[in-house]
Amino acid sequence: MSKKNKLLFNSIGKHFLIYIALFLAVFPIFWMFLSSFQPNQTIINANRGIFDFVPTLENYINVIKKYDFLKYSWNSFVVAALATVFSLIIGLPCAYVVARFKLRKASMIVLLVRMIPGISFLLPWFSIFARMGLRDTYTALILTHMLVALPFIVWIMIPNFESIPMELQEAAWIDGCTQYGAFWRIVLRLSIPGIFTASLLAFIFSWNNFMFSLILAGRNTLTLPVAIFNFVSYAYVDWGGLMAGATIITLPIVLLSLCLQKYIISGLTAGAVKG
Amino acid sequence: MGKWFEKHLRSVFLLPCIIFIIIMIIAPLLYNFIMSFTDWSMSIVKAPQFVGLKNYIEVFGEKRFTNSVWHTIVFAVIAITLETLLGVALAILINRKFHGRRVVQALMLLPVVATPVALGMAWKLILEPTIGFANTVVKFLGMAPQKFLATTSFESMFTLILIDVWEWTPMVMLMVYAGLMTIPQEPYESALVDGATPWQTLTKITLPLASPAILVAVLMRLIDVVKTFDIIYATTQGGPDFATENINIYGYLNMFSYYEFGKAAAISVLFFIVVMAIGCGFLKVKSKLEVEY
Repeated sequence: MSKKNKLLFNSIGKHFLIYIALFLAVFPIFWMFLSSFQPNQTIINANRGIFDFVPTLENYINVIKKYDFLKYSWNSFVVAALATVFSLIIGLPCAYVVARFKLRKASMIVLLVRMIPGISFLLPWFSIFARMGLRDTYTALILTHMLVALPFIVWIMIPNFESIPMELQEAAWIDGCTQYGAFWRIVLRLSIPGIFTASLLAFIFSWNNFMFSLILAGRNTLTLPVAIFNFVSYAYVDWGGLMAGATIITLPIVLLSLCLQKYIISGLTAGAVKG
Repeated sequence: MGKWFEKHLRSVFLLPCIIFIIIMIIAPLLYNFIMSFTDWSMSIVKAPQFVGLKNYIEVFGEKRFTNSVWHTIVFAVIAITLETLLGVALAILINRKFHGRRVVQALMLLPVVATPVALGMAWKLILEPTIGFANTVVKFLGMAPQKFLATTSFESMFTLILIDVWEWTPMVMLMVYAGLMTIPQEPYESALVDGATPWQTLTKITLPLASPAILVAVLMRLIDVVKTFDIIYATTQGGPDFATENINIYGYLNMFSYYEFGKAAAISVLFFIVVMAIGCGFLKVKSKLEVEY
């Protein structure tokens, strides 16, 4: 084989493997999307061609009208957004102090918090929130979802704040700026991309959270993951509706990650490499 | 007021976070620990009774518990092995310039960030023995249709492991890829000058230099994989006949299906200890890596 041919062959082989992996990664999500536009009779017919169907919006109309998925989407959004905002409010100052005073131990605590199995909290939360009459309220869901959001914020922001040169802050102090003012006007402003990354991940993983909502959400605050799960507890599985619901919850995340992949990847891999 | 604030900035900034951690994390953990020594089924009239170590003894004597521990270990070992092998291979493949790399990366990210419950439902449909697409493919390849999740044999467990591998391999890939990007060009240049084969370059340069990133990825996966919940609960809920039940599912069912709160608390205390032990090991390794590199 000539050298040129060999190079070409290598390149096709390399791409071939990547495209197989890509196909495998995307296919189930694509299948979910495709099925959500199929009538149930088509889905349960095993002997059909893959594209052999007339697309319909019937499943979407069903889940929105009959099962109130718009309300669940709103619940999910409110809980994830507010959990992210409150986590920023308490997490940013904390991360700043940890970074500036080099509190290595404190940053370890953040990581440990992320590691605690969620199941250790379920029983206490369930019984305490029930006793305070807070089951099925946004308060309970937001507080618990903050446990998902907060570690992301602090963990991503510590190295971010560390990378901001001390001289900038010192210069501000000399110019008569208070420490607090320097944090507010200089440090935070320079960290906007980092804050964006951290918020994005906090929002996504709070949006995806299933276990906490499963025990604390009720009729009024049902979030999407639990709403979808409840779909299968009926004897007859409405596959079309189920896939429509699954698409409704996945689509915003898919769009976010396609548009903002740079930020999401940098947030997810924070901690994989030093710094 | 302003002066006081300036002087105590450190405490003022840390305080909200500390209060949150105490209320939402430490207090519940203590509560859970205490509950594990009591007998209670969420009754309002009947207060929790102190029963000593009864719950722990009961849990250890139960076959379902040892089963769930075994499932958790098997799940972790197989899933992490596959995820590491595939993730490292993909990271190396993707670490070369080719057309559309950014799009490929963005799409590969989807299983990691998409909602696990929704993904579980999609897999449930695909793996449905009679109407699922998976068996259409299996039949097309001329094999006997599979049961996938609908069997008490190891097949259902293995299917769930493969779903986990599908979901998290891209994460390992991204983390290893981030490590690969920090490798300087010089060693490759001198290897080229010395006439090293691609295999030698891979095993003598790329893998050793990427090993800290690989190790961190493996440990991060280990911490998460033992806690797998969403995918299993969405598809099989630990069934059929407890064939796919891990510690997390077993503990959850004891809480919210059987209302055996004391026992469930004991299970989650044991689980907490194990996960935290793994976590502390991880932190030790990580800080050692940071010193060395």
